[in-house]
This record gives sequence, C-alpha cells and structure tokens, in this order.
Amino acid sequence: MSEEFKVEIVNPEKSFLSKEDVTEVVVPAFEGEMGILKDHISIISFLKPGIITINSKSGEEKFYVEDGIVEFKDNNLSVLTSSIFNLKQIEKGKINELIKIAEEESNKPDVSDQSKFLTDQKIQVLRTIN
Amino acid sequence: MASLDDLKKRISSVKSTQKITKAMKMVAAAKLKRAQDSAEKGRPYSQKMNNIILNLSNGVSDKSNAPKLLSGTGNEQIHLCVIMTSDRGLCGGFNANIIKKAKSYFLKLKQEGKELKIITVGSKGNDQLKRVYGDKIIENISFKNSKNANYFDAEKVGKTIIDRFEKHEFDICTIFYNQFKNVITQIPQAQQIIPLNTEKNNEDKSEESYEFEPDEDEILSNLLPKNISTQIFKAMLENSASEQGARMSAMDNATRNAGEMVDKLTIEYNRSRQAAITKELIEIISGAESL
Repeated sequence: MSEEFKVEIVNPEKSFLSKEDVTEVVVPAFEGEMGILKDHISIISFLKPGIITINSKSGEEKFYVEDGIVEFKDNNLSVLTSSIFNLKQIEKGKINELIKIAEEESNKPDVSDQSKFLTDQKIQVLRTIN
Repeated sequence: MASLDDLKKRISSVKSTQKITKAMKMVAAAKLKRAQDSAEKGRPYSQKMNNIILNLSNGVSDKSNAPKLLSGTGNEQIHLCVIMTSDRGLCGGFNANIIKKAKSYFLKLKQEGKELKIITVGSKGNDQLKRVYGDKIIENISFKNSKNANYFDAEKVGKTIIDRFEKHEFDICTIFYNQFKNVITQIPQAQQIIPLNTEKNNEDKSEESYEFEPDEDEILSNLLPKNISTQIFKAMLENSASEQGARMSAMDNATRNAGEMVDKLTIEYNRSRQAAITKELIEIISGAESL
C-alpha cells in the first residue's frame, strides 16, 4: 500500500507548490509541531512562524512560513499562507531583513502579548536558519 | 464646406489619435494577459479559504456566540459599501458599470431608510461619487503607486474595514467590483462580506467532522479577518483583469472608429479637391470662350 498523499501550498498570488508523492509533512502548528502522515484525521489548524518540512520520494524540502492555515482532508493537505520561502532559495540578506522587521515589531510599546509571542517566535526561527 | 487644408489637418489628427489608441490597446492586451494569469492563480487560495470557512461555520453549533464577523451585529441599520474601481480612465464602461450598480443599491438602501457609508478604492470611483454622495464617503483608498494588485494592499483595505467594524461604525459591509468573465464581458458584482454569507453553498457542504487545533472559536476568529482580506484581494485581481479587458475592447473600438473617420474624411478631401479642380477648369474654359 502506498504511503503517499498530496500536498498543496497556496499563497494569495499563486499556487506555490503541489506535490503528489509526499510521505510525511511536519508543520509548525499553533500549539506545537505536528507531523502528518497518510490517513491522518481531518484537521484544521493554524501555523505559527516556523519551518515546514516535506518528505517525499524526491527528498526533503524545507520552507519557512510566517503564518497560515493547514487543512487536511481525504489525504489532501492544503497549506494557505501569505508568506512562504524555500529555505534553499532564500538569501541571507532577506533573512536579516525579516529579522529586523520582526524586531522592530516586537519592540513596539503597544504590542499585544499574542503578537509579541509570535514575533519573538519568528525571530527565533529566523536566527536558527540564518 | 471645410477647406482642403482644414480637412488635411483633421485627417492627420485623427490618424495620430488612432495611433495612440492602437498603442493603448496593445499595452492593455499585454497587461490583460498578466492580470488574467494572476487572477486565475489567485483563485485557488480564495476558494480554499472559502471552503474552510464554510466547513468551520457549519460546525459552529451555537450561532449566538459566534464571532461578530460571521453572525453580524444583529442590526441591519448601517451599511458600508466598498466601491472598487480603477485609478485610470479610458477603459470604456468599466467604472461606470460599477458605479451604476452601486448607485442603484444606494437608492434601495435609502428607500428602506438605512444609513449609508462609503469607502472608495481607486480614484475614479471617488471622482464619480463625490458629487452626489460626497458626505457619505468616509474614506478613499488609492493604490496609484502599486503596479499590480498585491496582497499587502488588500490586507490594508481589510484592516481598515475590520477596524471600523470593531468600532461599531457599520453593521453590514458589501464590496462592489467587476468580475472578469471574458475580454468583452465584465459583470459588476455586489458581494456581502460582513456578516459572511454562508448559506449560499450549502448543497455541497461536506458532513465530515474536523479536528480543530486550537478550538473552533479561536480558529474562526482568526480566520475571518483573513478571509476578508482574501475576498478583497480576489476582488482586486478580478477588477484589474476586468479593467484591462475593458480598456482593450474600448481601445479596439476607438481604433476602428478612427479608421472609419479617416476613410470618410479622405473621401471628402478627395471630393473637394476634385471639385476645386473642376471649378478652376470651368473658369479657364469660360474665360477662353469670352475672348
């Protein structure tokens, strides 16, 4: 029996990635990392800033996301996100720029606890990949 | 009758207008291709978003506790209309169609005694509405500087709308835009985004139950604002494709009309030239006869 399922990542501008031969996906869900295998129960969850890892026959791919929604249903995983970068293609300068924006955001006086948590998370993740 | 010189001038002026409209048509055609592409590419996102929301909202059993963006404020008194038009003119009936649709909606609201507030996106809509509905326009947003419709602009519009909603400035929000059907046909649309209309697609709803993480309410309250930006973004994409399509067909018509006009003027020019020659000949002949 095949252990593969379908993954689709879309952002508002286009369909970012579509793969049919995926064996495992790890997404940074809001309440912790979540690994998804074939025949997972239908689920809807949020993403927090982090790394999506996609394991497929053709190897492992990693993406950095800032936010988004995942939906898994009938062995179809859809990830809706407004900002996503392939870790292989992202440049150092871009990462630094993102860190800087996030730090500014985090240091604003009127920032709410939740968004502060998210931006801190973002900075952490960005530092690790940098 | 116009003199030969006048006719000559008119012909050359029409010809140069024709050149301009032809160039604009070409530009619009190239842009249309791109706009159409991005409209098509953007569809999966808004569709998926819509599906998730529909699934979610079907799962919400307790409608009274649902987020206000979904269930509404309970009132229907104040309507906010977001009119999305282009920043540039010369695109045929594109802007006029949206405005017409919007105005008939305004009239309906007025008859029902509802209060009206308007946000215009794009300067052309503002120009056309401010004379009659100037006091109703509470904000004018324009993206003259951004070349293509992008998500950040949509998010900005979405944020303003949500901010105003949270301040209880309105109860119902409707966006007006042109849906792109094909190059010649654009359909002006009125879409209600707050509260969200969830009953429309009930036939194909899936009965499947989802697991939610965190719980449904939290997901919904996070997702709904996003959905508004997404719907606005979709409207912007459709609008920009429609705008280019409308401009292309308008410019095509203009080029053709200019061609017809040049033909007509050329015939007139040739006739009057001939008439002038004949007249001169008659003068010469009659002059010779009288000698």
